[in-house]
Amino acid sequence: MPPISRGFRGRRREDAPSDRVPPGQYVTDDFPVLSAGPTPHTPLDEWDLTITGEVDGLRRWTWDEFRALPSEPVTVDIHCVTKWSKLDSEWEGVSLDTLLEGVDTSAEYVVAFCDGGYTTNLPLDDLTEGKAWIAFAYDGEPLDPEHGGPARLLVPHLYFWKSAKWVRGLRLGATDEPGFWEQNGYHNYGDPWKEQRYWGD
Amino acid sequence: MEGTAVLGRLTWLAAEVVELRPETSQTKTITFDVPGWRGHRAGQHVDVRLTAADGYQAERSYSIASAADGPRIDLTVERLDDGEVSPYLTDELRTGDVIELRGPVGGYFVWNPHAEGTVFLVGGGSGIVPLMAMARQRALESSGIPTRLLYSARSWDDVIYRNELAELAARSDGFDVVYTLTRVQPAGWDGYGRRVDTDLLREVGPVPAELAVAFVCGPTPFVEAVASGLVELGHEPARIKTERFGPTGG
Repeated sequence: MPPISRGFRGRRREDAPSDRVPPGQYVTDDFPVLSAGPTPHTPLDEWDLTITGEVDGLRRWTWDEFRALPSEPVTVDIHCVTKWSKLDSEWEGVSLDTLLEGVDTSAEYVVAFCDGGYTTNLPLDDLTEGKAWIAFAYDGEPLDPEHGGPARLLVPHLYFWKSAKWVRGLRLGATDEPGFWEQNGYHNYGDPWKEQRYWGD
Repeated sequence: MEGTAVLGRLTWLAAEVVELRPETSQTKTITFDVPGWRGHRAGQHVDVRLTAADGYQAERSYSIASAADGPRIDLTVERLDDGEVSPYLTDELRTGDVIELRGPVGGYFVWNPHAEGTVFLVGGGSGIVPLMAMARQRALESSGIPTRLLYSARSWDDVIYRNELAELAARSDGFDVVYTLTRVQPAGWDGYGRRVDTDLLREVGPVPAELAVAFVCGPTPFVEAVASGLVELGHEPARIKTERFGPTGG
């Protein structure tokens, strides 16, 4: 039993149903920014997205090709390991199912790599079957660079550091390679409902 | 934690308040005695958990202000008027109270005593806190690493740790501080009196060839301005480490 914090009552939010807010999280209406270094600004004519690694052939899209792919609106709850959650955030993105269609691979793991050198790792199964997108718009507007624009990974069922900003590609492989935060004390998988924040959680 | 073996689970530890010290009108330093604390590196943070009588809990993260020094850690908390946790910590907490902490957390925004060149610390508002831990760790280790702190605050009264920073700078061991006061400057102020911009970074900071690493901490617009200014001046993005205090939380 944790010690009671004398005089602490807390401020529960009436509009935050407990089945949508994972343990240790609080709901915010803002959209805080977190990143480990400067915000990259890659011109769209230099931008591409690749799927590489253990695949039958490299896949590559320029910005225009990427934007010509079928996309969909996505309304999801997002959960940052720094404790904030945002309900019903509205995105537009290309499903990873679309990008991975026809890719022949025996890989079980993925490293997402990004402008600025950021990486994060995920099991391939966590990116398929409608669970992940490459998002290029937020709240009806092009994705702001501070929030990962021109495009970021969106994997809302995991803590938000897995939704890599400024994503430029996915590297598929047979082994699980810890990414940036995963090497720096944060959990390798990051399920908010199990409160997998840090190593050992 | 970089490059070291994976540690076990960070468990919640009981932390007893042993001292409370107002720093400015909006900030207070709280010293906790934390039996079982495994030590930390300057720049790391902790999670704080409060529990109400009915079992409701709230968690937040706070940077550690102190150098690694046995089972005691200092947190400097800025009171956010609409916050859920920070007003409790700054207004309600008394000596002898026990709350829960777990940490230390974070292996990237940390003081690295082996850096070559000048370390540039750039703090905005309460973003000074993890940078102060670095300045304290540096002093504790008698490290001679040239270190410059650029500290942006609204006014002189909003400068946290100003006496101690003056003492650290007076040691003349390679640590110095430059202030910019963005809203109100005292009479006779001869320091900077504007928001940090690229020119100010050029005047105050090391040239790219001399920069070991820059640690930038503050609110998001401050961090964006400083980090992009440093990139514009030719600093390698990989040497610019940022930590942001979002507009929400507390």
